[in-house]
Amino acid sequence: MNLLVGSLTIGLILSLLAIGVYISFRIFNFADITTDGSITLGAAVAAVLLVAGWNPVAATLAGACAGFLAGLVTGILHARFKIHALLAGILVMTALYSVNLRIMGKSNVSLMSTPNLTNLAEDLGAPFFGRGTFLDLAGWSLASRDASMLLGAFVVILLVAGGVYLFFRTNLGTVMRATGDNAQMVKALGSDTGLMIILGLGISNGLIALSGAILAQYLGFADVQMGIGMVVWGLASVIIGESLVRSKRLGIAICGAVMGSILFRLLVAIALRFGLNPNDLKLVTALFVFVALVLPHWFSRLAERKGGRARA
Amino acid sequence: MLEIIRCSKTFQKGTANEVRPLRDVSLTVEEGAFVVVIGTNGSGKSTLLNAVAGAFPLDEGRIRLGGREITKWPEHRRAALIGRVFQNPFSGTAPGMTIAENLAMAVRRGRFPGLGWALDRRTLEAFRERVSTLHMGLEDRLDTEIGGLSGGQRQALTLLMATWQRPDLLLLDEHTAALDPRSADRIIHMTREIVTREKLTTLMVTHSMTQAANLGDRLIMMHKGEIIRDFSGVEKQRQRAANLLAHFDEVRRRELLDQGAADLLKEMYV
Repeated sequence: MNLLVGSLTIGLILSLLAIGVYISFRIFNFADITTDGSITLGAAVAAVLLVAGWNPVAATLAGACAGFLAGLVTGILHARFKIHALLAGILVMTALYSVNLRIMGKSNVSLMSTPNLTNLAEDLGAPFFGRGTFLDLAGWSLASRDASMLLGAFVVILLVAGGVYLFFRTNLGTVMRATGDNAQMVKALGSDTGLMIILGLGISNGLIALSGAILAQYLGFADVQMGIGMVVWGLASVIIGESLVRSKRLGIAICGAVMGSILFRLLVAIALRFGLNPNDLKLVTALFVFVALVLPHWFSRLAERKGGRARA
Repeated sequence: MLEIIRCSKTFQKGTANEVRPLRDVSLTVEEGAFVVVIGTNGSGKSTLLNAVAGAFPLDEGRIRLGGREITKWPEHRRAALIGRVFQNPFSGTAPGMTIAENLAMAVRRGRFPGLGWALDRRTLEAFRERVSTLHMGLEDRLDTEIGGLSGGQRQALTLLMATWQRPDLLLLDEHTAALDPRSADRIIHMTREIVTREKLTTLMVTHSMTQAANLGDRLIMMHKGEIIRDFSGVEKQRQRAANLLAHFDEVRRRELLDQGAADLLKEMYV
């Protein structure tokens, strides 16, 4: 039970990462590797500020803002200096590794003894689940703290995902979506597509850093290595989400990304439980994304061939 | 008024594929004039339109629109003054977005998109009303993604979007070339109606001699990056599809002659 609730919570927290990757990868068609750096950046900034005694909400938001700035840098490298999308992301990601070490001063900052968002989540859940007790769910015992975490994560994701959805329904959000869909048209209607990409990557990485900031507080530490492979993780979530909802409509697609993130985390938890070596996790994730990207084409080609034979 | 002043452009300069689609071109289009541009393939007619739209920087020359110097303006800034319809029906609209969302962007052409809602009940009402003037039944499908519409429907919407806010200049780049004859007729009909009603200054490139003969009040013929004929007034009205073709033949013959003469000279002197 604790395993299930724990992976649900992490899945929810990482769904912010999934929404961020959805924005860059699906809305802007931009494979943005800044992700690996910005998720750590969010964690690092939030952790250092928490240790310095900042209010947890302020520290978390500061982490998100740092990610926003990192996204702007990638966007500017790409849109203004005409650097290839992948390379722009790689440059910023690499630079962020040093930046993150500088911010933290060491490779790992512990948050175990610092008041942070998890305390707020416990306050939020206290009226429902009590404090420091165990709940009895049809015979399974669940720590009230874990239940509160899940509730807290759920509330945050609901608010942020709702906010993202509403933003993309505004004029600015509409033009951003059109930028990925048909840049020529956006220019012909008078908007600067470069600016849209810059802002869009800012928002994407802001969400990713927010995810990192919250994750660090949930796990109880920020680590300079924690971002490695996260872009692939986000892609896997987005792809799973798409196959779950099978719709490109904005609201549904965002829900899909959240669901994909939760499901993927559950799958990973189950695989680890059944003996998958944690060291193999990134390899398996990468293979999974590869298969998910290739399989649909393969199937449609197979179907075409079959259809062709039937007609002949 | 649009003023194109001694504009030149060379693509892929210094390579074997070097092309010069604009050679010292000058053209003044009076306020409210409807100018049709025809020309052979690679004559530079589309390049001329793209130069005005700001798709690439000029090598030489200046462009003024409505008394403003726009030579240095980027494409998106010029879009505040210019409405455009492209040859490819897929270029003018965002396929993954709904008709209403596409229109919402056209309504604010040239303004920074703020954080107001893109669509509310009142704008949707206005969209429905104006889209119904197309007589395509699209007013009941504002929620449909544009990608599912036919080329003709997309071009009609693009034309509507380009002129939703009255542009200082309307650029039509072979906007019926990719359509079936029926749809092309409809779009041409719409074009004539909108341009006449709004008295739009228009620059239209076409490959159809019939369109060139029947539309507009001035006709320009381009060849190898230069304007070689310019008919206006009564002279324009006298032009028919057949004698426009004759003009092209004449150009081609002269070129063959030039080539022949060059060969002859080569034989004699080299």
